[in-house]
Amino acid sequence: MYDASPRPDLPPAVGVGFKPQHFAAIAADPGPVQWLEIHAENYMGDGGRPIAQLRHLADRFPISVHGVGLSIGGEAPLDRDHLARLSHLLGWLQPASFSEHLAWSSHDAAFLNDLLPLPYTEATLARVARHIDQVQETLGRQMLLENPATYLAFAETEMAETAFLREIARRTGCGLLLDINNVFVACTNGQTDPRAYLADFPLDLVGELHLGGHDAQEDDHGAPLLIDSHATEVVDPVWALYAETLAATGPRPTLIEWDNDVPDWPALAAEADRAARLIARVAS
Amino acid sequence: MRVGQAEFRAALLDPAAAVPAGLVGPQGGDAGVRFDVYRNNVVVGLSRALAEAFPVIATLLGDHNFAILARAFLRRHPPQSPLLAEYGSEFPAFLAGFPQVRSFGYLADVARLEVALRQSYHAADADPMDPARLTALPPERLALARLTLAPSVRLVASDWPIVAIRRFHREPGAPKPAMRAETALITRPGYDPVVTDIGPAGGQFASALAGGAPLGAALEAAHSRDPDFNPTGCLSALIAGNALIALDEEAPR
Amino acid sequence: MSNHIKAFALVGSVAAAVSMASFASAEEMAKEKCFGVALAGQNDCAAGPGTTCAGTSKVDYQGNSWKLVDAGTCETMELPGGRMGALEALTRDLPA
Repeated sequence: MYDASPRPDLPPAVGVGFKPQHFAAIAADPGPVQWLEIHAENYMGDGGRPIAQLRHLADRFPISVHGVGLSIGGEAPLDRDHLARLSHLLGWLQPASFSEHLAWSSHDAAFLNDLLPLPYTEATLARVARHIDQVQETLGRQMLLENPATYLAFAETEMAETAFLREIARRTGCGLLLDINNVFVACTNGQTDPRAYLADFPLDLVGELHLGGHDAQEDDHGAPLLIDSHATEVVDPVWALYAETLAATGPRPTLIEWDNDVPDWPALAAEADRAARLIARVAS
Repeated sequence: MRVGQAEFRAALLDPAAAVPAGLVGPQGGDAGVRFDVYRNNVVVGLSRALAEAFPVIATLLGDHNFAILARAFLRRHPPQSPLLAEYGSEFPAFLAGFPQVRSFGYLADVARLEVALRQSYHAADADPMDPARLTALPPERLALARLTLAPSVRLVASDWPIVAIRRFHREPGAPKPAMRAETALITRPGYDPVVTDIGPAGGQFASALAGGAPLGAALEAAHSRDPDFNPTGCLSALIAGNALIALDEEAPR
Repeated sequence: MSNHIKAFALVGSVAAAVSMASFASAEEMAKEKCFGVALAGQNDCAAGPGTTCAGTSKVDYQGNSWKLVDAGTCETMELPGGRMGALEALTRDLPA
């Protein structure tokens, strides 16, 4: 149990996932963007442009470090080398926030470069809680855990994802990162109601919200199959869920994620602006 | 019904494997194509990482053939660490051992050059020394001086014209590579690595310097390869590349 | 050549190198922009595009998927071993 951590220090405003190709545009005029998120694994080199750009940005913006490689949901023990790299990055950068995923990505010495799903059982709950304890103790700070985008379910699952996340947070003291697009994707894929999911989500523990785009496909039976591609604009139903969530939580740090087919800066800034206006609406 | 991660992983990397029983769709039926989403994510993501890491190899082989090689590689050599920037260090050896491209002797060496470029890009920063320190030394002291090279310096020796091949694929109008042995010296004057061919003897010279040999001894090493070797070009590339960071006249400890 | 003469030659080389390097200005160096390197190997938390099925292809392992037609540029360079048609057709499956 990580003790009495303060709420992460990101401003309750809009941020974007930083892409190197936007460096000059952001430096010139960040528009509505008040903070930046980076993927931890892209800043674990020894030096060069990535580290120099990050140092420069960190002087001007609160930074959120978002890990994509820790494999917190993995059956295997956490990779101590990777945890050490993360500790080093957080040590010199002192970011406003650190978050990771309720997922696994490494097994048997292979990193599979995807956020893979896990069943929700007493056994996996205990394992994930143990891993989060280890992360928070090693890093000396609270982390946020993100709900995953999922495409299938496990027959062995015993509890709802919302209940699983709530219990993880209770046991470990971690906060939660609520990805609204992931809720929409996973609920559509699982043929459940995203509003019921959000109604059951412990919103008081949410330190950050994520928004992103997805692709739409069909499964073998013609049922909708949404894919969390981060390659397009946020769709209107997700904006609606976001607005409803904000109405319940008040202003919260909100990230626009655009990782594939990354657009020019104005298109990303326009998405950020849309989120900023929704935040402003609940701020008054 | 329990699906372990070993089983999940094995099915992920093997398109012929059945979807693990115990993975289900929304109505409790087979996961079917839903599992393929994960398969696709892994293969597309890692293939793209390889294509971005080895752009010259991808051009040499064509995107279609590269994609086939990339899939065969990633299934046999998935990343060992979550740092994708380091992925593909075994790719040159994989190419060298791949029967279908064995007649292209230079492929593996070009791939080694591309690995070295990425390493240089992410290497630690270091302030260059003032090159006037070199010209200030009298001959005997200069011959005994040792130079420290920047962490971003890499050398890739080849029996093939790997620098010319890379240039041919990056610069419109660059000449066709002529058959000769080249050694690539990679420096990073700022944040972008620069590749210079310093030839096999230059490679001996720079490699000796990197190993801590004094200038005079490094020159001897190069002369054993090519008695006519002149170190001016190689030293110039190192200086212009901000690759000399310290000069030490102390005896080695 | 005696060590003494070699040492003098080294002084000449070093002087020439320093002056050459100052001509190879930052501007010249700036021509080499490795944006490709900058973007190589970025981790992210997105899924792959949903429109391809690269991960499910069993065709990878079948020899006839190897294309000689648009085989890239290796055949244009006229290096030994790089002659037209040298990219071998696969008569057996690629090793899995």
